[in-house]
Amino acid sequence: MSQIALHHISKHFKDITALDDVSFTIQNGEFFVLLGPTGAGKTTTLRVIAGLERQSEGDILFDGQSMNGVPPAERDIAFVFQQYSLYPTMSVYDNLAFPLRSPMRRTPEIEIKPRVEKAAELLRIQHLLERKTARLSGGEMQRVSIGRAIVRNPRIFLMDEPLSNLDAKLRESLRVELKHIQKTQTSTTLFVTHDQIEALTMADRIGVLREGKLIQVGTPTDIYDRPATTFVAQLVGTPRINLHKAFRENGTLHVQESTVQLPAPSGSLPAEFMLGIRPEDVLIAPDGALSGEVVLVEPLGVETVIHLRAGAQTFICVVSGISHYRLGDQVRFDVIRERLHYFDSNGQRLAL
Amino acid sequence: MTATTPRPTFEQSGPRLPVVESIRVDRVHPRARIAGSVRATLAIILSLISLIPVFWIVLTAFKTPTDVTAIPPKLIFEPSLTGFVSLLSDMRLLSQAEQEERSQQPDLSWVDQIALQIGRAINGPSQYARQLGNSVIIAGTSTLLSVVLGLLSAYAFSRFNIPAKGDLLFFILSTRMLPPVVVTIPIFLMYRSIGLHDTHFGLIMLYTVFNLSFSVWLLKGFIDEIPREYEEAALVDGYTRLQTFFRIVIPQARTGIAATTVFCLIFAWNEYAFALMLTTQNARTAPPSIPSILGSGGIEWNTIAAGALLFLIPVVIVTFALRQHLLRGVTFGAVRK
Repeated sequence: MSQIALHHISKHFKDITALDDVSFTIQNGEFFVLLGPTGAGKTTTLRVIAGLERQSEGDILFDGQSMNGVPPAERDIAFVFQQYSLYPTMSVYDNLAFPLRSPMRRTPEIEIKPRVEKAAELLRIQHLLERKTARLSGGEMQRVSIGRAIVRNPRIFLMDEPLSNLDAKLRESLRVELKHIQKTQTSTTLFVTHDQIEALTMADRIGVLREGKLIQVGTPTDIYDRPATTFVAQLVGTPRINLHKAFRENGTLHVQESTVQLPAPSGSLPAEFMLGIRPEDVLIAPDGALSGEVVLVEPLGVETVIHLRAGAQTFICVVSGISHYRLGDQVRFDVIRERLHYFDSNGQRLAL
Repeated sequence: MTATTPRPTFEQSGPRLPVVESIRVDRVHPRARIAGSVRATLAIILSLISLIPVFWIVLTAFKTPTDVTAIPPKLIFEPSLTGFVSLLSDMRLLSQAEQEERSQQPDLSWVDQIALQIGRAINGPSQYARQLGNSVIIAGTSTLLSVVLGLLSAYAFSRFNIPAKGDLLFFILSTRMLPPVVVTIPIFLMYRSIGLHDTHFGLIMLYTVFNLSFSVWLLKGFIDEIPREYEEAALVDGYTRLQTFFRIVIPQARTGIAATTVFCLIFAWNEYAFALMLTTQNARTAPPSIPSILGSGGIEWNTIAAGALLFLIPVVIVTFALRQHLLRGVTFGAVRK
């Protein structure tokens, strides 16, 4: 296992800039998640680290050692692809043994067998070893694909949205297993996803990418509680953060086109800014200072999402369990003032 | 409302339209079953019709010269090896006296006896076996070369960033844009002056060049369909490009390789015009020599048929050996996994 560092990596494809001066370091044994929407450059980052793509500028360091120009085979990495990419002409066993049989390693067959079996046991695919890969379900294929990565002890695991082609139930269970495996093996992992839930649940640290730029790096708590920009704030958390234009007047915050007014915080705020309120920080309370009308109720079982209209703006709030609120109900609510997020007009977080 | 009706039978409750595809073989609609057998019958009839010439060649090859020309044509006859013997040997006509003299000889081999039946004696082996051998060498080598070289360049065209890739591919294809026969004379003159005339190497090179454009394009199509992720996975797993090519790409391109092999082989095997122009003795292949059988004293249909039959066998064997890969190969593009 290794420490992986990216120094000012840029990647251009003809006129398109896929990565723009990206730098971060993955510590030994860390589970690092790159989060971002489609086309943000997540996969390109992985491919550059793997050596499948060559960066236009910058350096890749494995344990302080430059990897620029080193072919993928010699980087000692394991890659789990989004499209499982199991070798269709081989059995599951041969697929798992394939990296060990490579001329780089030349593991003797007696050593391969226990390692393949151990990986298969870990992923609960022992019964599939003799099967041809074409006759596996999606979940089984992805397990084999992960197995192919864990049979050896690479310096880093690179995972390119390995769960996104699975159905929701399977995704959830494999997510738990993956995290478990990573924690028990303390393997350095770089996991790419566009799914914020995967990022929040699995990561030790998250890097948020947008249009080739790294916007924020931090623990899930950092990312959720202190989003660096409105983009990060909106990317993370379901239901989405309430984000409204607001202005300051005589020591009071006014949400634009809304009846919501709050006392201004102590720090210095510009006259106009964006106000972010997480849905769970909106509390329905009989003695609340604010009032609104219930315009939509979405019961999810564990919680209920309630849309409240105050003036022309709608605020989303979450209450636990099934709620008894009906459409058209007039309710009073409050917000947790210590947990408000302020952003300037460019979307940058304002520290107060 | 009416009282409860009795439970409908299958005929009433079943699907309105005939179920054509069903895993339940016990309940296929009669109309679908009839349609299925009609289709099968048609397919069998069509394949029989296309097999008639082959069938007739086989019959003719085993007839005696008198049976061949018999009217009405004989379907049932006593098989004879006359055709094969005269194909594979060089013979001279015997006079009446000589024939009688030879029939007295006790130590005549079975080949000589067959020759005697048509009033001839064997001088020695004919050129045909050698020419068939030439065909095998030339067609086999050129096919191997076109497929190997085609596979390598198709892979390069499919996977790497080659400058002016489109132009190069067009250039390769453009070599097939005029009928090859047009260039036989210039090639004949060139070959004669550089000493490639009537050599195996000359024909092998020519056929390889002709087939290469075809094999590059065909194989490129097949390789394009193999997702790159397989190779990338292997590269990451510790294999070099070349090892990846052999262990991942080739096994998956088997279908394409088989189809290309068969097409290249058939072209090189059947090529007539160049073989006729560019060879005389040493490197002459079977196709131009079959019509020359025709010349020696009357049309010996059984000999020609025997020649054609022997000529067919190698291609049939190869095609048969590759048939399981071929079926998907020839219909490629139609079925996507």
